[in-house]
Amino acid sequence: MLGIKRGMTQVFTPEGTLVPVTVIEAPPGQVLEVKTTEKHGYEAVKVGFFETSPKRLNKPLKGVFERAGLKKYFRYIKEFGLPGQVQVGQELTLEMFQKGEKVSVSGISKGKGFQGVMKRHGYHGGPGSHGSMFNRAPGSIGQSSFPSRVWKGKGMPGHMGSEKVTVRNLEVLEVRPQQNLLLLKGAVPGPRGAVLQIRKQ
Amino acid sequence: MDPIKSVEEGQLKERPQFNVGDTVRVLTKVIEGDKERIQPFEGVVIAKKGGGARETFMVRKISFGIGVERIFPLHSPFIEDIKVVRQGSVRRAKLYYLRHKKGKAAKIKEKTFYNR
Repeated sequence: MLGIKRGMTQVFTPEGTLVPVTVIEAPPGQVLEVKTTEKHGYEAVKVGFFETSPKRLNKPLKGVFERAGLKKYFRYIKEFGLPGQVQVGQELTLEMFQKGEKVSVSGISKGKGFQGVMKRHGYHGGPGSHGSMFNRAPGSIGQSSFPSRVWKGKGMPGHMGSEKVTVRNLEVLEVRPQQNLLLLKGAVPGPRGAVLQIRKQ
Repeated sequence: MDPIKSVEEGQLKERPQFNVGDTVRVLTKVIEGDKERIQPFEGVVIAKKGGGARETFMVRKISFGIGVERIFPLHSPFIEDIKVVRQGSVRRAKLYYLRHKKGKAAKIKEKTFYNR
């Protein structure tokens, strides 16, 4: 299901240790359409998350929600290849997650802009002083007459971040269905307000 | 309501009000094997950091001639109680300069309350 990263804090466990937590807000999503092999060529469930006003949507999107006949409009739509029986209008709530369970979370990481090889690929760089003149450069990028070119996939400077990242094995510390909050141990990709996809493992 | 605040609220414990420069006695729970006892740590609060459930404070004391500093999370369940022994009058938020002072120079004036 989808959620929004609200930020991080720390929480004391019953044993008294302090653990880092990410707070994710995830109100229930509603099934908009069930796709079948006969009609669409594959099996999937289309789910809407985060209710919004129809004023914020364009006509084609409104059509999608009106076809579902729920009289509800959502900000985000996501298709899942969920197995099992679901019907249009059925709600997907946080209650599907249990305390202690491991989940994986995907999202778009924070954008870092154009970065050099030390930050982007973890190259070691050169000495900082003693007239080295080789501070943060990548160094040699290949061999000589063979192969007379640079291998594909060679780490070079370039754009970093703003890509899809998945973090696995995050422990569910707490589920609060009344507040639509999910507390996970550890960090998840993206800035505060990022849209995240939370999956059971 | 801000979801972060609502999560932190449940973590907060009742703690007495104290400031940097005060001398406090922190009663900490120590678990030894299966026994639990209370160990006091008394000293001057030289720093307070953070807010909400993540607030911490640093206590410095001189133990057998050696300076000992301990950082406590304010809302830690290991802290049984905090007692303010003496209120100090200081003009700084962090008293790290005490580390270089010895003897009388490391003393903090007691807060005086006029108009009371």
